[in-house]
Amino acid sequence: MNVRIAGIDADRQAKVAARLGQLLPEASVLHHQEDTRPYECDGLSAYRELPMVVALPASEGEVQAVLKVCNDLNVKVIARGAGTGLSGGALPSREGVLLSTAKMGKIIHVDPVARVARVQPGVRNLSITEAAAPYGLYFAPDPSSQIACTIGGNVAENAGGVHCLKYGLTVHNVMRVRGVTIAGEVIELGSEALDAAGYDLLALAVGSEGMLMVITEVTVRLVPKPELARCILAAYDDVEKAGNAVADVIAAGIIPAGLEMMDQPATRAVEEFVHANYPLDAKAILLCESDGTPEEVAEEIERMTEVLRKSGATEIRVSRDEAERLKFWAGRKAAFPAVGRISPDYYCMDGTIPRKRLGEMLHAIARLEKKYRLRCPNVFHAGDGNLHPLILFDANDPDELHRTEQFAAEVLELSVAYGGTVTGEHGVGIEKINQMCVQFSPEELEMFRGVKRAFDPPGLLNPDKNIPTLRRCAEYGKMHVHRGQLPHPELPRF
Amino acid sequence: MTDAVNSLVETIRAAAEAGRGLRLRGGGTKDFYGQALHGAVLDTRGHAGIVAYEPTELVVTVRGGTRLTELEATLAEKGQMLPFEPPHFGADATIGGAVAAGLSGPRRQSAGALRDFVLGVRILDGRGQDLTFGGQVMKNVAGYDVSRLIAGSMGTLGLILEVSLKVLPIPVTEATLQLELPQDKAIEIMNRWGGKPLPVSATAWTDGDLWVRLSGAEAAVRAAREKIGGEVVDDAGAAAFWTALREHTEPFFRDAVPLWRVSVPSTTAALEVPGEQLIEWGGSLRWLTTGADARVIRELAARAGGHATLFRGGDKAETGVFHPLAPAVARIHANLKREFDPHGVLNRGRMYPEF
Repeated sequence: MNVRIAGIDADRQAKVAARLGQLLPEASVLHHQEDTRPYECDGLSAYRELPMVVALPASEGEVQAVLKVCNDLNVKVIARGAGTGLSGGALPSREGVLLSTAKMGKIIHVDPVARVARVQPGVRNLSITEAAAPYGLYFAPDPSSQIACTIGGNVAENAGGVHCLKYGLTVHNVMRVRGVTIAGEVIELGSEALDAAGYDLLALAVGSEGMLMVITEVTVRLVPKPELARCILAAYDDVEKAGNAVADVIAAGIIPAGLEMMDQPATRAVEEFVHANYPLDAKAILLCESDGTPEEVAEEIERMTEVLRKSGATEIRVSRDEAERLKFWAGRKAAFPAVGRISPDYYCMDGTIPRKRLGEMLHAIARLEKKYRLRCPNVFHAGDGNLHPLILFDANDPDELHRTEQFAAEVLELSVAYGGTVTGEHGVGIEKINQMCVQFSPEELEMFRGVKRAFDPPGLLNPDKNIPTLRRCAEYGKMHVHRGQLPHPELPRF
Repeated sequence: MTDAVNSLVETIRAAAEAGRGLRLRGGGTKDFYGQALHGAVLDTRGHAGIVAYEPTELVVTVRGGTRLTELEATLAEKGQMLPFEPPHFGADATIGGAVAAGLSGPRRQSAGALRDFVLGVRILDGRGQDLTFGGQVMKNVAGYDVSRLIAGSMGTLGLILEVSLKVLPIPVTEATLQLELPQDKAIEIMNRWGGKPLPVSATAWTDGDLWVRLSGAEAAVRAAREKIGGEVVDDAGAAAFWTALREHTEPFFRDAVPLWRVSVPSTTAALEVPGEQLIEWGGSLRWLTTGADARVIRELAARAGGHATLFRGGDKAETGVFHPLAPAVARIHANLKREFDPHGVLNRGRMYPEF
């Protein structure tokens, strides 16, 4: 029998490391535990596994080399950007190679006239905006981890943020992706024109969680930075009224740049933490942002204010300057860490529902709080119907953990029942893989497997994530965040 | 399942069993588009009607056989629209056909393409399986984005039973300006505007004139009019122009055979080929009517980083309608076709002769 350390087959490890070592510099192939330990989990730290080998290719050619070896030796490959993902998409395998894009962090070219940037996958989201800023341009998707997360990861997860309603998700802001298949072939999907010949394979690649190809280059669309942004803070004495106000804004023909909602338990937790000066007696607050030219913003803020007042807001504040606008947002953006302070653990959900069901969902969550005897503050990307309810629990109490899992399962199943989805922006990864069985039929899941086969016939790229096997569909997943400690505590999470 | 769906399922199953091809057809307004048509016609119009529409959700779910005019009228009653302005190419166009063709109109440069607004689809695959992907919500990352794959797949992967689309409010104000400019100057200025926070929603250069449509808040449109200059076109004339552009009834498109659709990066210089050109989408879309050799046009497009489609006329069999694919990408196409339609029932060869 082979020697196993941390479940890793030492002979196989030596063989894979040796083969990769022939093609990559010595420092780019890691297999000692002390070197591979930092890669054992991503932002979903409840799941951990040591990778057999870590490879750090520095170029497309090296990515090709790694994939050819893995294909040859029938080894799984799990790609990883900054490891900030919240669904365990980059969870390694003790039988696999963890391919980190950390050494591919170059901004290749920014073209301010064509308004595109061509970058390597390891470039951080915010760096793109920083590189475009001198030209008055920026990259619109702004996931909360944007100071750390990479564009490769954003593409793999179809990352969102707080401005999606107006500016779209990653899929709307990526023009072209270049990558390598498991066979080691380079493919280009999309183009720097506005479309490409053939099937929209770019759409499949975005959000594919590293299961179809390894991304080596991305062309993103840059958009002009709005001259001005202002934000309204509106308070409500009833959550359902706040939910309806969201619908009223849209019905008035307004598409806000951001439209966020927090309930009272969330605002109270936040207020203690960041002192955003939120009205604490309100049952819910809305943040409603307008951006554009000064003329546009003035006109829109006036219309928004009128709609929010009619919808029964008990208080309306309009940011007078940039400092105040940022203060309004500071509270919303601190929601996750603030909740992490008031509870030993919390479980974050990511369902999306039609906006009209917001009120209903909030009542259902209140009912479930009683049923499971657990608290659940709520923060929403209300404009998109994307919910992040946070169930508070103590993982040291096995019964609480069990109740939390049941609570979360009910909420996600309700999201599907309301015509929504189990994940709006965090991805399926390993975390929600069982809930996929609730959302899709066996035939639909089989078609997803067919899509994977079309790109990756041997099934070696990040298998065991995103798309469950039918056998798996009998079980249910576990996830929690221990003591509010995300692996990147310095990052805002919203 | 309704009778209409049952009958579609039965037809597809029978064809799959017999190994017969079917030609999916809505109003038939886009019969001209794509490779030669094969197989018995399967009319999709029996499955029509709006399934759900709530303006405050900004989402409409509609059956594939529904007429585009009916859908657009329903949205307009509530002050909303299909932001990608799909071309109809005839009164009988259906939404299923529009999604299958994947074509977008003038507003594509600012609002996004048809595929950007597809939130979910319900399809029948080549085995007759009733499958739903995506949904009715704005954000959805569960599974692969099959809905967007279906957009523009020319009916080769599935028959579109239902589609859910994001819709947007009709802009409060629109204004169209006309500036006399040579082609190279027009390309330059369209790109310059693109980098500024201006409410430009559509542009077109034809016959020495650059047309610019501004859409948005009244104050923003007014301010942009000052910055851009040119002559203001009256509302009726403007509406007629943008519709004629979208529907290819503009003088440029009359008798434009063969007509090439060349999609390139917006900053690409004026294409040096004999014949006439019309430019849209801020410089990204070039329509050519030319007798030049297909290889020359494809080479020009590829060198610029784009692709060329033989949109109307010409020798389709000889030239191929769509730009040739790189071998590795072509293989993925063939694999996908096999997964969705293992018996080759659906619009076989409509996109590429190989599948």
